[in-house]
Amino acid sequence: MKLTLTLAGALALVSGVAQAQTEISMWYHGAGNEEEAAILKGAIEDFNASQSDWTVVMQSFPQIAYNDSVVAGALGGSLPDILDVDGPVMPNWAWSGYLQPLGLDEAQVAAFLPSTVGRWDGQIYSVGLWDAAVAMMTRKSTLEKYGIRIPTLDQPWTGDEFDEVLATLKASGDFDYPLDVGMAWTGEWYPYAFSPFLQSFGGDIVDRDGYQSADGVLNGDAGIAFGEWWQALFANDMTPGTGQDPASRDTGFLDGKYAITWNGNWTAATVLDAFGDDVLFLPAPDFGHGPKIGAGSWQFGIAATSEHPDGARAFIEHLMQDRYITAFSDTLGLVPATATAAAASKHYGPDGDMAVFYDLSEQQALIRPVSPGYVVMAKVFEKAVADIANGADVIDSLDAAADEIDADIQKNDGYGH
Amino acid sequence: MASKLTRSNRAGWAFALPGFGLIALFIIVPFFFAFGLSLTNQRLISPNPTAFVGLANYRDLLGLGVITLEPERDAGGQILRGADGTPDYPRVRNFTRNNPDHPRLDGMREWFRWQSGDTQKVVVAKDVVFMKALVNTFTFVLIVAPLQAGLALLLALLINQRLRGINVFRTIYFMPVVVSIVVVSLLWRFIYSGDNGLLNNILSVLSFGLFRPVDWLGNPSTALGAIIAMSIWQAVGFHMVIWLSGLQTISPTLYEAARIEGSSPWQTFRHVTWPGLRNTAVLILIVITMQAFAIFAQVDVMTNGGPRDATQTLVFQAVQRGYGKQDISGGSAISVILFLIVLSISLVQRWLTREKN
Repeated sequence: MKLTLTLAGALALVSGVAQAQTEISMWYHGAGNEEEAAILKGAIEDFNASQSDWTVVMQSFPQIAYNDSVVAGALGGSLPDILDVDGPVMPNWAWSGYLQPLGLDEAQVAAFLPSTVGRWDGQIYSVGLWDAAVAMMTRKSTLEKYGIRIPTLDQPWTGDEFDEVLATLKASGDFDYPLDVGMAWTGEWYPYAFSPFLQSFGGDIVDRDGYQSADGVLNGDAGIAFGEWWQALFANDMTPGTGQDPASRDTGFLDGKYAITWNGNWTAATVLDAFGDDVLFLPAPDFGHGPKIGAGSWQFGIAATSEHPDGARAFIEHLMQDRYITAFSDTLGLVPATATAAAASKHYGPDGDMAVFYDLSEQQALIRPVSPGYVVMAKVFEKAVADIANGADVIDSLDAAADEIDADIQKNDGYGH
Repeated sequence: MASKLTRSNRAGWAFALPGFGLIALFIIVPFFFAFGLSLTNQRLISPNPTAFVGLANYRDLLGLGVITLEPERDAGGQILRGADGTPDYPRVRNFTRNNPDHPRLDGMREWFRWQSGDTQKVVVAKDVVFMKALVNTFTFVLIVAPLQAGLALLLALLINQRLRGINVFRTIYFMPVVVSIVVVSLLWRFIYSGDNGLLNNILSVLSFGLFRPVDWLGNPSTALGAIIAMSIWQAVGFHMVIWLSGLQTISPTLYEAARIEGSSPWQTFRHVTWPGLRNTAVLILIVITMQAFAIFAQVDVMTNGGPRDATQTLVFQAVQRGYGKQDISGGSAISVILFLIVLSISLVQRWLTREKN
């Protein structure tokens, strides 16, 4: 009698546990951005209400402290189930064993821009709802005033044409600088925004065939040609140097101090507010190997230590719906990850004012080197382009950068490629 | 003896415990960690196993070599000269990359060179950035320590007077100390801005437009100076307060006696004030030296070590490597070297300023 009671009680307890929702924890980098948090919270509430197995709990971190928090969490063994991860950093986290493969089918990501799907070692580790894109932002009236051809996606400016454009604008004397590449934004902006120029010249940060060496790729003839062009930009005062203050970067183009600014879609709304229809978002110049822009933004992945990858995956699949992609894009101006979400969105629809960024992402985007060593390469590249901008010898700087990247790859036994 | 120390001071030890505990946990233990890590190839995050590498990290930082470059000659032994008459020299990289004749120079880079006759001597270093950081840090300390201490003493003497509203000046001089160094650095970045920064504008007005604007932080020859000036201004108030406390320990009767003896202000300072400040001076010298060696935030916010390594410093490099480039062992090695430098300098300072009797 007593035994059956206990058994019944145990059974009730077990079934009670099975009915309660299991908690799935999630970390996000966007603390402080209320609009962004509101969309994500809405998506989480929808998910928690839509099924009875899982309940997602989100914790937000300020972006500047996020990566450090994840590293600390991994060292301390306290990572959550779901992490968001910056695209170029993902291979490092996957290689280090923080992340596990998402377990998504190829069909599920077929509609996504390639740059929003994070792959490492032949498997999908992360997926993003948006991408970011950069463009040469300027005003139609400016180009028309100086008789400059308006480039198109099919016919971008060539390298020589671009140099002539800058010379014309410079000669007019109407601007402090004809171009602003954003040297005030130190950090990831440098490799993200400037390595595409190098790639358009035919070089790269590292040889993507195996990712074992930068020698001859970064400091080869194409790299040197890029370096000399880059140095001339600063030597001829075509663009503000590393001493540019951040305020000038933010408002210089709006104030008319710069004629063209090399800037991301996240500033598009501000520029449109200021100049309306007069704004042009132009593709990068083609220096011989096609116009290139950087790609890869924040994406979602599952921690290796997660005890509930099923639940984590279910939530990520839930997030991948067009309605959330559209919502993020409408609120934050991000490039939607799928064409259908883009068509439904405010800025990227058929007549959207930012639609050109989707085309740029689709046609010109080249993700940063997919290697765990990228985090180091990014720092080395940043220093090299800053030094060259400040007048250091081009060949010596690129040689030194290539040597340092190679030494680092060696020290890490080839980073598992 | 030890038993008496522990027994009769039980309450004292109890009070000291939290402090000792925290110091041990956050300063002493990490130091031993750093020392241990610097002998391995530990990465910040990596699936690869950690291995003991001995002094390899130190060799990678401190390795130096000298190359003598002979000018290039044609088949007849004549020196090949460029358009301006200077001889052509082979590239240093020919010696330092995969050259079996110079295995010791492998992987080194040019630090600096000088001319002697037709040959050039090139000093190559395994880690040029570290060497530049070392030189910059010493330059920084050698300029900041005397200037900041002197200026702080001057300010302390100025505000150590009974005047109406003297507290206003005390507050103003002390203000930069209480503001976060990161905020101060950001503000000074605007002041030093090359386009239309405050400093350029002021200099331009004062010189009736003759002054050509300078990109203070973007120019390798002015960047370190700009950081030095700003650092002195920022921390001078702190040392001023220490001087001030020293000044106020000097007995007024000594000044009275000096006045009765008819001593001039300089004589009073030389023979009453300065001897009375002896211990304060030793303290300030050691504190400024230690603080100056640790310069980091200004560089991180204002220049990132640039332009062209003109403002690299040891702590900035340690952080940059250990965290930015995830090379914790390399960063630790720099920390250990910095520790040894500061320790030996402090010991020398203690010895030089010891009581001689």
